[in-house]
Amino acid sequence: MAAPATTLPRPLKLPSPLRQFFEENRENILLFVAVAAFASYPLIDEWTGWGRLGSWGAILIYVILAMGLNVVVGYAGLLDLGYAAFFAIGAYTMGFLTSPSSYFIKAGYVPEWLQSFWPALAFSWIVAAVAGVILGAPTLRLRGDYFAIVTLGFGEIVPNFFLNADEITNGTAGVNPIGRPPSFTLFGRTISFSPTDQNYWYWLILVIVVLSLLMIRRFYNSRMGRTWAALREDQVAAASVGVNLVRTKLWAFAISASFAGFAGSLFASYFQYVHPANFEFIVSVTVLSMVILGGIGNIYGVIAGALMIGFFDRILTEELTPPVNRLGESIGVQFLAKHDFTQDKFLVFGLALVLMMLLRPEGMFPSARRRAELRPELDEILEQEEQSLFDTRSDDGLHTEGRL
Amino acid sequence: MGVVRALSLPRVEFNRAFDVVGMAVLALVAVGLIYGAIDRPSLFAQYVIIGMANGALIALIALGYTLVYGIVELINFAHGEIFMMGAYFAFAVVAASSVDSSSSWFAIVGIAVVALLGAMVFSSSLNWGIDRIAYRRLRQAPRLAALIAAIGFSFIFQQIAIYWRGAPPISPPALIPTEYRTYNILTEWFNLETRIRIRPLDLAVLGLTIPLLILLRWFIARTRTGKAMRATAQDRDASALMGIDVNRAISVAFIVGGALAGAAGMIALYYNNSARPGMGFRYGLFAFTAAVLGGIGNLTGAVIGGFVIGLVWSFSDGFVRQYFSYWGAQWTPTLIFGLLVVTMVFRPSGILGEHATEKV
Repeated sequence: MAAPATTLPRPLKLPSPLRQFFEENRENILLFVAVAAFASYPLIDEWTGWGRLGSWGAILIYVILAMGLNVVVGYAGLLDLGYAAFFAIGAYTMGFLTSPSSYFIKAGYVPEWLQSFWPALAFSWIVAAVAGVILGAPTLRLRGDYFAIVTLGFGEIVPNFFLNADEITNGTAGVNPIGRPPSFTLFGRTISFSPTDQNYWYWLILVIVVLSLLMIRRFYNSRMGRTWAALREDQVAAASVGVNLVRTKLWAFAISASFAGFAGSLFASYFQYVHPANFEFIVSVTVLSMVILGGIGNIYGVIAGALMIGFFDRILTEELTPPVNRLGESIGVQFLAKHDFTQDKFLVFGLALVLMMLLRPEGMFPSARRRAELRPELDEILEQEEQSLFDTRSDDGLHTEGRL
Repeated sequence: MGVVRALSLPRVEFNRAFDVVGMAVLALVAVGLIYGAIDRPSLFAQYVIIGMANGALIALIALGYTLVYGIVELINFAHGEIFMMGAYFAFAVVAASSVDSSSSWFAIVGIAVVALLGAMVFSSSLNWGIDRIAYRRLRQAPRLAALIAAIGFSFIFQQIAIYWRGAPPISPPALIPTEYRTYNILTEWFNLETRIRIRPLDLAVLGLTIPLLILLRWFIARTRTGKAMRATAQDRDASALMGIDVNRAISVAFIVGGALAGAAGMIALYYNNSARPGMGFRYGLFAFTAAVLGGIGNLTGAVIGGFVIGLVWSFSDGFVRQYFSYWGAQWTPTLIFGLLVVTMVFRPSGILGEHATEKV
């Protein structure tokens, strides 16, 4: 029941240049503010004495993983259940290249220049991307659910291999220690990455998160990003306007794998330790829940999801357990007194996946596009079409009620 | 269809090359097995027996995957956990009954039957429940939505098992008197001087599984519900138009699959003499491999695939080591998951899937 357009259009008001600048760069300005907030965290942590900087470093590494998985799951629409495999490949590559206990270094296969952090980081990035191409090339033709299971199988094989090939990988003993970024001097201050310099580590990870974010955003807005969206929405239509399906998917898969490699090598160097148990199926599922909870296809949503799940998993459960146990003891509830919330991971991830699929498959902060695909009943166009049909039939408006 | 066909890349040469390589590998494996059978016959026979028992268990689980996939095209990822919950429920029944190996034969057999039936009912109601709660609502959603929900359920069930009995492995109350644990049917019954050992447990696994398989075959082939299920698998819309209650047929597929998984859970609990919350993941993936190997959606294929995987499992665990010292049980998961990947990539229709037009 739109009111008849009797009022004149408002006079056009030219925005001030400053306002215009804000309007045009809203995304980047908000991003800058968020990054500044995160960058100031080590100072806050020091000031308040929370001692949670290590957890946040790990969470930020998971943010890289979630952004990378979002490329393949959210942009290209392929379910990858073995993402931890590429994480493992990145981490082990870093270990093999820089650890003094590495089989490859002892055998003299690694040239001297590759044995330090930065070249090794770049190299493991490439290795993970190549692994993505090797796995993707034969499997990307498969249908969605088959592809998911194949990646799951691959995700099981890789840690299993690292566990059992103990001549090369040290098996259950893991690879340790691992090379650190070399220290350097900036504005007269020595910036080093020894275990006592958590702040610099945190900032380094944050820088890599932001770089990854910018890179992935560029990818998404590029021609390739548009072809991803096209093939996700309709493969046949995409192919008939000239999108090379396999090549496009392969790019998505390789790019996604390369970010996992990035995250893996950072992880290895940050924790100074690589072990097969760090890369089990639960890791893939954790990252998948981050993507799905946050908002599949929307990079900021995915980051929010990763921060939420990471915060829950690594900080909240640990902080919550002692006070709840004390509360349980004082009120005499045995369950609360004994319960260790850090053990509830499976339930929470499981519930997150099921409930999100049932109630809000597009995630908490969806991209408008994905929302329209996943919830066609919310689609405005459909709404309007039906509205107009109803209008021609009857004008009582009752039929449109209760649709949501 | 024309468009879709035009999209598919020229794969003929690729496939033919693969077929040649695949045949060569299979021939090599066959030659190796024949050599092994002649070289160490009794050990070979022993691993065949173990493999058959493992295979029977895997076949029971694989049938659940294939039934559900055949009818709704959903990989019920939580199926392995349905199996695990069956094992845990059977454990709970036996533990609650205070029957043990010193009780009378009548009590032991009675409680075993009760635990088996209980596990079947429990697992099938869980499987039915997750279909009702989640999968049914997601039937119109993108295919991956239901798969993701299934992964979610699989983790929820693992957590429930952890709450129930803790994360470490549990071993069930001994029902079988200890002297029967090392009992060899061949020497005790037939007075054979042999190193091959067949335990009553091995026979019991096959003795419980094979009747269930025959029962399932009869159910799908002969009963009205079975026919409704087959019709639904072929064409859901047409079946609905013919007056078949499609939702009921789908529910029955979940119930039957769950019951088989529950039975497998009870059997596995006593065959392995242990259960743990993570057991469903590995068994489930092995069984899924079996279902894919046999051609997913194909019941006979799932059983054949189950026995193949069971044999691969037992030979990789023990027999191969006789010839290749670096191989061992730790490589079995790698081998079977590798088999899964290779099958899905090069022959997604499985051994029997291609020409079998009839699903379920």
